[in-house]
Amino acid sequence: MSTQDQVREDVTIRFAGDSGDGMQLTGSLFTNTTALLGNDLRTLPEFPAEIRAPQGTVPGVSSFQLQFGSRQILTPGDECDALVVMNSAALKANLSLLKKGGTIIANTAGFDKKNLNLAKYPEGVNPLEDGSLDKYEVIEIDVTKLVKEALADMNLPYKDQERSKNMFVLGMLYWMYNRPMDSTIDFLNQKFGKKPEIAEANIKVLKAGYYYGETAEIFNSRVTVKQADLEPGTYRNITGNEALVLGLVAAARKSNLPLFLGTYPITPASDVLHGLAKHKKFGITTFQAEDEIAACASAIGASFGGSIGVTSSSGPGIALKGEAIGLAVMLELPLVVLNIQRAGPSTGMPTKTEQADLMQAVYGRNGESPLLVVAPKSPADCFEMAFEAVRISLEHMTPVIFLSDGYIANGSEPWKFPNSEDLKDIKVEFEGPRHSEEDGAFMPYKRDARLVRKWAIPGTQGIEHRVGGLEKEDVTGNVSYDPDNHQKMTDIRRDKRDLVAQNIPEQDIDQGNESGDILVLGWGGTYGAIRTVVHQLRKEGMDISHAHLRYINPFPKNMESLLKSFKKIIVPEINDGQLVRLIRSEFLIPAVPINKVKGRPFGVSELKQEILQLVEKQPA
Amino acid sequence: MAVETLIDKFVQLHEADLTNLPAYSSKDFASDQDVRWCPGCGDYTILKQVQNAMPELGIAKKDIVFISGIGCSSRFPYYMDTFGMHSIHGRAPAIATGLKTSRPDLTVWIITGDGDSLSIGANHFTQLLRRNVNVNLLLFNNEIYGLTKGQYSPASPKGLVTKSTPYGSIDNPFNPLALSLGADGSFVARAMDRDPKHLKEMILRSHKHKGTSMLEIYQNCIVFNDGAFELFTDKKTRPQEAIYLEHGQPMVFGKENDKGVRLNGLVPEVVELGDSFSKDDIWVHDEQDATKAHLLSRFFEHPPNGEGVQFPRPFGVLYAVDRPCYDEGVVEQVQHAKDTQGEADLDALLRGGETWQVK
Ligand SMILES: Cc1ncc(C[n+]2csc(CCOP(=O)(O)OP(=O)(O)O)c2C)c(N)n1
Ligand code: SF4
Repeated sequence: MSTQDQVREDVTIRFAGDSGDGMQLTGSLFTNTTALLGNDLRTLPEFPAEIRAPQGTVPGVSSFQLQFGSRQILTPGDECDALVVMNSAALKANLSLLKKGGTIIANTAGFDKKNLNLAKYPEGVNPLEDGSLDKYEVIEIDVTKLVKEALADMNLPYKDQERSKNMFVLGMLYWMYNRPMDSTIDFLNQKFGKKPEIAEANIKVLKAGYYYGETAEIFNSRVTVKQADLEPGTYRNITGNEALVLGLVAAARKSNLPLFLGTYPITPASDVLHGLAKHKKFGITTFQAEDEIAACASAIGASFGGSIGVTSSSGPGIALKGEAIGLAVMLELPLVVLNIQRAGPSTGMPTKTEQADLMQAVYGRNGESPLLVVAPKSPADCFEMAFEAVRISLEHMTPVIFLSDGYIANGSEPWKFPNSEDLKDIKVEFEGPRHSEEDGAFMPYKRDARLVRKWAIPGTQGIEHRVGGLEKEDVTGNVSYDPDNHQKMTDIRRDKRDLVAQNIPEQDIDQGNESGDILVLGWGGTYGAIRTVVHQLRKEGMDISHAHLRYINPFPKNMESLLKSFKKIIVPEINDGQLVRLIRSEFLIPAVPINKVKGRPFGVSELKQEILQLVEKQPA
Repeated sequence: MAVETLIDKFVQLHEADLTNLPAYSSKDFASDQDVRWCPGCGDYTILKQVQNAMPELGIAKKDIVFISGIGCSSRFPYYMDTFGMHSIHGRAPAIATGLKTSRPDLTVWIITGDGDSLSIGANHFTQLLRRNVNVNLLLFNNEIYGLTKGQYSPASPKGLVTKSTPYGSIDNPFNPLALSLGADGSFVARAMDRDPKHLKEMILRSHKHKGTSMLEIYQNCIVFNDGAFELFTDKKTRPQEAIYLEHGQPMVFGKENDKGVRLNGLVPEVVELGDSFSKDDIWVHDEQDATKAHLLSRFFEHPPNGEGVQFPRPFGVLYAVDRPCYDEGVVEQVQHAKDTQGEADLDALLRGGETWQVK
C-alpha cells in the first residue's frame, strides 16, 4: 500500500482517552504546532467532572477536538475526520462524532478483555473485530508495545514508559498531518528540565511515533493543510481565559491602577486566578477568599480604596455574589464581575458549557439594580472585552459583568495580539483634595453629564465621607427614605446605565446587508457557528445577515433601528431563550429563538438545519 | 520600568503627612449626621470613646476608614467624620480585607454586632482573625438582634425568651473570645460600654496592636435585652463578678481585693486571700500565654446559681502576640516580584511564548 499526498482545506481531529492518558496535553501540543504553521483553528477540550473517574470507563473519558485549516476556521468542527482512541471506552464515547469514512486510530492495548469489560461492551464483543467499524478506516496499533520497544534501551520504570504513550500518538499524527516536531521537543525539554531522562524518553517516543508513521505504511494518505489566509501580522495561540487575564493586566497598565482580584476557585473560572496570580510584578494582587461572598466583598473594598476591583466565578458563585454586586450598584464604585458560565442550575454540569446566566447577569439582584453586561464572542475576543469591562467600569463608576463560558474559556484560536502602545489609555478621575473651607463641602453623589459620580478614595484630604447600601439622598449621599428621592435615585441609576450606550461602539453587522429578510442575532460563544452558517447560506443565495452582540446591557444605541431593518430576527443561544426574551421585551419585535441545552456548543450543520427549518416554517 | 501606580503615590503621601498632623479634638471626628440610636443605647458611649480615642492615634483623618456590616451598631460609620462604608450583613471583615490589602497605608476599623459577626458573618470573622489582617475590629455584643427588633442572637444565653424563641432559646451560644482564640486571633480583648475609661484604653490598645485586634464590647440594648451584662456593669456587683486583667499583675478581684484566681496545674481556682493563700499564690496574667488565654476565655458561663465555681468575667487584654500580618505578606510578595522578575513589560506579556508571522 502506498501513501498518497493529499491537500485539504480543513481537518478535524479528536483525541480521546482515559483522563489519565494525557489527551488534553496531546491536543494542546498538536494545536500549538498547528498554530505555529499558520493555520487558522478552533479547539474544544472536554473533560470529565471527576478528576480521576474510574480508569477505563466511559465517564472517565477525556477528549480534545480541534479543527484547523487553510481557510477561516470558526468552530472546532462538527464531526471529526480522525478519531484517536486510547481505549475502548474512548471509542464508545466518541464514535458518534466521527464522519462516515473517517479514520480511527486505536490503541489495541486499550481493547483487551479488561478494558472492553470496563467500557461495558457485551461479553465477547470487540468492536475492532466484529465488523461494526467497517465503514471507517481503522488503524490498529499496539501503542503500549511500541513504546516499550522504543524505550528498550532505557532503564525506565514501567509507569514512566506507560505515561509517554500519548507522545507516540502525537508523533504519528505529526507525520500524518505533516507537522514538525520542534516546538513539542522544546516544550518537553523545558517541562522536564529537572528530569532529563523523562524528557529524553518522551522525545524518543514522539520520534518513534513519527517514524512509525513514515515507515509502517499504515496510512492511506498523508495530509497537508496549507497556511491560512489570515490578516498579516504576528500571531500567537490563546485560550479565552488566558486572553481574559491579559486583558485585565493590560487595562491595569493602561489606567495606571493596581488590580485586585478577589475570588474563590470554581470550574471553569479558576484559571483566571491561576493566570493573574503570576503577574504580581504588574501591580496585581490576587486574594483567594473563603467564599464567593467574601471574594466579591473584598473586591469592593479594594475598589473603595482606588484599585480595579475584580471578582471571578461561575454561575453558582455569581449567585452568592448577588447581594454584594447590589452593594456596588448603590455605592457606584467600579467592580468587574467575571462569570465564566457553566451548564445547568445549581452546580449543574461544571465542565460543560452553556449561556444560561444572561438573565442572572441582567436581572439577578434584589431591587432595581441596573448594571452593565458585556460578552466576548471568542477566546481571543476575551482580551478586548475584558479591557472594555475595566474601562467602562472605571469610566462610569459601575459594576460590569463579563459573561464568558466554558467553551470560550477553554477553547483556543490564533490571536493577532496588539502592541501595548496601540491600546487606548483609560482615563480615571479621582476626586481631588480639599484643603480649606473655600473649596466647599464635598458631595459624594454629585454627578457629571453622564450621571457619573467621582471616585473619592480614602487618603484624600478633606473629602472624608460615608457610603453604604442604604438608599442615598441625591447629591449628598446621606441616607434617605424619602419616597420621591428613591424614585429619583432609581431613575438616575437606570439612566446612568443607559447613558453608557454613548460610550460603546454601535452595533455592527458582522456579515451580510444592513437590512433585509433575516438577521441572525447572537452573543457569546455561538459566534463561530453562526458566522459559518450565515456564510454558507449567503453563498447559497439566502438574504441573511449576522450581528453579534458584545455589549448587552445597555444595548448599543442603534439596536432598535438595526433590528427593525430586518423582516425576521433569529436568535440562536445555548440556553432556553434568554437574549431572545430581552430583545422581545425591549424592542417589541417577534424575534424567534433557536435553543440548545446539551452542555455543548452548536454544530454548524445542526444550526444550519434549524435555521432552514425556521425559515421554511415561517417564511420571511 | 517598575509599575508605579497612583496608589503607590498615596502611600508615599501618607508617610509625609504623619509629620505635620493638625491637633484634632474628639469633636473633629463627629460627622454632621444626627445620631439615631434609642435613647440610653450603649452604642452612644462606645461612639463617644472612639471619638475620644481618635485624636490620640496620631493619624490624619483622611487615612482612617470605618467599615461596618448591618445592624444598629453598624450605623456607626455614619457618625464618624472619617471615610466609611456601611456595607452588607456580616461582610465587613471581607470588605476591610480587600481595602487594607490594597491600601496598607490606611487605618481600618471594623464595626460589627454579635449577630453580624457571629451568625451571618462568622466565616468572614474567623477568617479575618486567621489571616491576621492588620485591622481593628470592634464587636458590639448586646446578645440580641437589635435592628430586626429582638430575636435571639448566637451570643444569647440558652433559655433566653425572645420573639423568635417564645419558649426559650435552645441554641448553645458562641463564646466570642474563645472563638477568636480558636481562630488564632493575635489580639483578643474585652471591654464594656459602662466603663468608658477602660473602654477607651482598650480602643487605643487595639489600635497599637499590629494584626487583627478583636475587641469585644459588652453593649446594653436598652430596648430588647436590657441588663444583659448588669452583673458586670453595675458598680455593686462588678467587683465580685468582673476581673480587670493587667499584664504582669496577679489576678485579684473582689470588693476588698480579697479574692484571687489561682492555677492548680492547669486548673483555675477561685480562692479567698488570707490565711491559706496570699497574693504570691495568685496567677499572674501573661498576655502572651496562649494556653492561659484559652483558660481565661472559658470564664464565660453566666454564674450558675450557686452551682460549681463562679469565675469572674475577665475584661482587658486576654491575649496579644506578634504574628505576621496578611496584608504585609501581600505587599512583600508584590515587591519581591517587582524586584526580582525584571521589567513589567506588557508587550512581552502580550507576545507570550511562541508566535508566528503571517505575511
Ligand atoms: C442578608 C441579610 N439578612 C438579614 C438582614 C436583617 N438583619 C439586619 S440587622 C440583623 C441582625 C443584627 O444584629 P446584630 O449584629 O447583633 O446588631 P445590632 O442591631 O444588635 O447592633 C439582621 C438579621 C439583612 N439586613 N441582610
Ligand atoms: S434597638 Fe437596642 S441596640 Fe438598637 S439602637 Fe435601640 S437600644 Fe441600641
